[in-house]
Amino acid sequence: MSKNVKFIQGNEVCVEAALYAGLDFFAGYPITPSTEIAEHMSLRLPQTGGKFLQMEDEIASICAIVGASLTGHKVMTATSGPGFSLMQEGLGYAIMTEIPCVIVNVQRGGPSTGLPTGPSQGDVYQARWGVHGDHAIIALTASNHQDIFSITVDAFNMAETYRTPVILLFDEVVGHMRERLVVPEPEEIPLVERLRTSVKAGVDYHPYLPREDGRLPMSDFGGVHRYNVTGLFHDMWGFPSNNSGVTHGLLRHLVDKIKNNVEVITRFKEYYLEDAECILISYGSSARSALHVMENRRSRGDRIGLLELQSLWPFPYELVRKKCANAKHIVVVEMNMGQVIRAVKRAVDHPDRVVLANRIDGFFINPTDIKNILRLIQGKGV
Amino acid sequence: MERCRLVFSGSGGQGIITAAVILAEAAVLHEDLIAVQSQAYGPEARGGASRSDVIIADSEIRFPKVTQPNVLVCLTQEAYNKFYSIIRPGGLLLTDTRYVRTWDKVDARQREVPMFQTVMDRIGNPVVLNILMLGVLIRLTEIVRPESIMKVLETRIPPDFLEMNRKALYLGTELGSSFIS
Amino acid sequence: MAVKDYIRQRFFPHIWCPGCGHGIVLNALLRAIDQLGMSKNEIVMVSGIGCSSRISGYVDFHTLHTLHGRALAFATGVKMSMPELNVIVPMGDGDALAIGGNHFIHAARRNIAMTAIIMNNRIYGMTGGQYSPLSGYGTRATTAPYLNIDHDFDIAEMAMAAGASFVARTTTYHVRQMADILKEAILHEGFSVVEILSQCPTYFGRKNKMGSAADMMEMFKKNTTPIGSEAKKENPDLIERGIFVQKDVPEYCSEYDKLIENAMKGQ
Repeated sequence: MSKNVKFIQGNEVCVEAALYAGLDFFAGYPITPSTEIAEHMSLRLPQTGGKFLQMEDEIASICAIVGASLTGHKVMTATSGPGFSLMQEGLGYAIMTEIPCVIVNVQRGGPSTGLPTGPSQGDVYQARWGVHGDHAIIALTASNHQDIFSITVDAFNMAETYRTPVILLFDEVVGHMRERLVVPEPEEIPLVERLRTSVKAGVDYHPYLPREDGRLPMSDFGGVHRYNVTGLFHDMWGFPSNNSGVTHGLLRHLVDKIKNNVEVITRFKEYYLEDAECILISYGSSARSALHVMENRRSRGDRIGLLELQSLWPFPYELVRKKCANAKHIVVVEMNMGQVIRAVKRAVDHPDRVVLANRIDGFFINPTDIKNILRLIQGKGV
Repeated sequence: MERCRLVFSGSGGQGIITAAVILAEAAVLHEDLIAVQSQAYGPEARGGASRSDVIIADSEIRFPKVTQPNVLVCLTQEAYNKFYSIIRPGGLLLTDTRYVRTWDKVDARQREVPMFQTVMDRIGNPVVLNILMLGVLIRLTEIVRPESIMKVLETRIPPDFLEMNRKALYLGTELGSSFIS
Repeated sequence: MAVKDYIRQRFFPHIWCPGCGHGIVLNALLRAIDQLGMSKNEIVMVSGIGCSSRISGYVDFHTLHTLHGRALAFATGVKMSMPELNVIVPMGDGDALAIGGNHFIHAARRNIAMTAIIMNNRIYGMTGGQYSPLSGYGTRATTAPYLNIDHDFDIAEMAMAAGASFVARTTTYHVRQMADILKEAILHEGFSVVEILSQCPTYFGRKNKMGSAADMMEMFKKNTTPIGSEAKKENPDLIERGIFVQKDVPEYCSEYDKLIENAMKGQ
């Protein structure tokens, strides 16, 4: 057996993938069910010359990684619901200042302290709108270890490409379960490195003046260009401004750089959608149960398919609309009171065909929960 | 192969979860099988009921939890009382004679094995009860080879304790032999 | 170099009120940096939110104007990821010690080599004169119209208790001492805390009938005394100025380098 095969927890997969992507700075605070990420980081990062910091809280953790990103490092923090709430302030700062970073939220039951050890997918909208003010965000997810690995690398790549924080929305089930991971060979997955300015010393560098292609080359703190970074609306120098043109332009830029790239950012997997009369839409660990049901029903001849979303924000409205155009029934499978289903209903031509199969009691949604909904749709009763 | 769904249950600190991880890791890394291991968490690090699920198969495993195990291990009475009813009819139910009194009404191949007694008599250290249990289990199910378990132990156990673990594992397989019916 | 070589004239005039003490701090800090002969490229200034925090925008260093209270957390990330940089963190009293109090004590505890400057004007100026944790019992503020019943605390004592390895205090009246202390603080290999009593004539002074900015600075002269002076023994109400603590304690970034060395050996 190749030494590239590992049998580890999803949280550890996330760490290995981050290191593969070039992470060399992590700051965090212990919280169930994400703690193994911090533990594994504290072991692995120093071995590669990187740094792990346990901060005094989640607020400080996200602030520290933003500081470290500015010196030219790839950075990450990890938490769960309560900590993610505390991180919203720093997340907004990273959005406003366009600083690449990755934030992992291994979701647990909420609100408040909630169910520390119980799975949930209740933070989908917090990931979208937890930060105050208009903004755009990228949030990715995955349902198995191989995908956790590649989507984590994607998160780092997107953070660099769009100069934005990227959220990884995992959950207790995939975070804690162990299964096989085949670690990709170096260079098997392309990496996006920091785009640095080519402007020479002594020539004006405009840190917040996008290039023609919309990208903003950076200059590391400590380098030859000294500039200002602020969470206030700012001009091309990074200096505070409340000029209406500057304000309007910056907000449009922050939203458009992500909104205009929905198709490039979108990640999904599809199973038997071509002829499916019934389409399951799911993501994260719930997609495992959905896939189980789909395979089971397919083997009996049912025309059922699965659309597994791996990017939740920006939501792939057009993709969902197209994929569901011919479906008679669309069942959204998730562990919350109905979050992604809201976006699905907005996306499809016939929102009345969309129903929810969910579970909110702190237990993993199982195939029976989904089958019961399918039976109801087919008028068979439960 | 038949998909094997196992539930390990007992009390926190008995090494239940470790045993489940070792078995599943052996299957994946040294038997070229597919396996998934998960566990139910409580807030306690010691005591309390602990449970870990393992599925071993030769095809992809989607749903990672076990609802109806065909192999159930119970190392406390509390765990037995809680879980005996979920076993598939005719499945293997492994208990320890010291900790569990079984009931006749259970529709399963119940194997009451003096694992704790053996580990105390022959090794004198209860810390390897879980490894001895694994030995018994793999002898009864033949799900993985003992050598595969040993290969995992070699990467996880400090060298000073490896010999004790090896002894426990093979005591288990030996003990298991007399419970094959 | 002249002081003006360290500032971004493009971004002037500054936002501070006439008579504000913060400009004096800026001036003394730049003199200290100039006297130390530091390169502008090796200095990162990280600030939070408030009147004091705007200082970072005006200086020609790498500057990071962050969130209220969080400057030290951001600064920790900057310093840890690039220890060769000199990190200077100017903060206000509310910024550093109310909303940022937790970050402050933990930065001190870690003893990470940064210079924390607390410009203590005993008020929230930018939001219009609300009482801060340093306003003190019996003062007036826009949120203490019936007199403040909150007690203040001693910043220097708290910094020492939290483990800061360099702790000093001065005032905007004592500009030479301020520059000297700032030089020592910047050179110190560990977490340095410099409290600078600064006047806010617009809010604290006006609300508490303390007269003009010059009158307030006169009070700094009258109400303070060098550490361990005879005057302090006679009048315990005097506030001591000078360096309280300056000691060698293992510095966090150097300790982390050793940790990495150990971790890599184990590979």
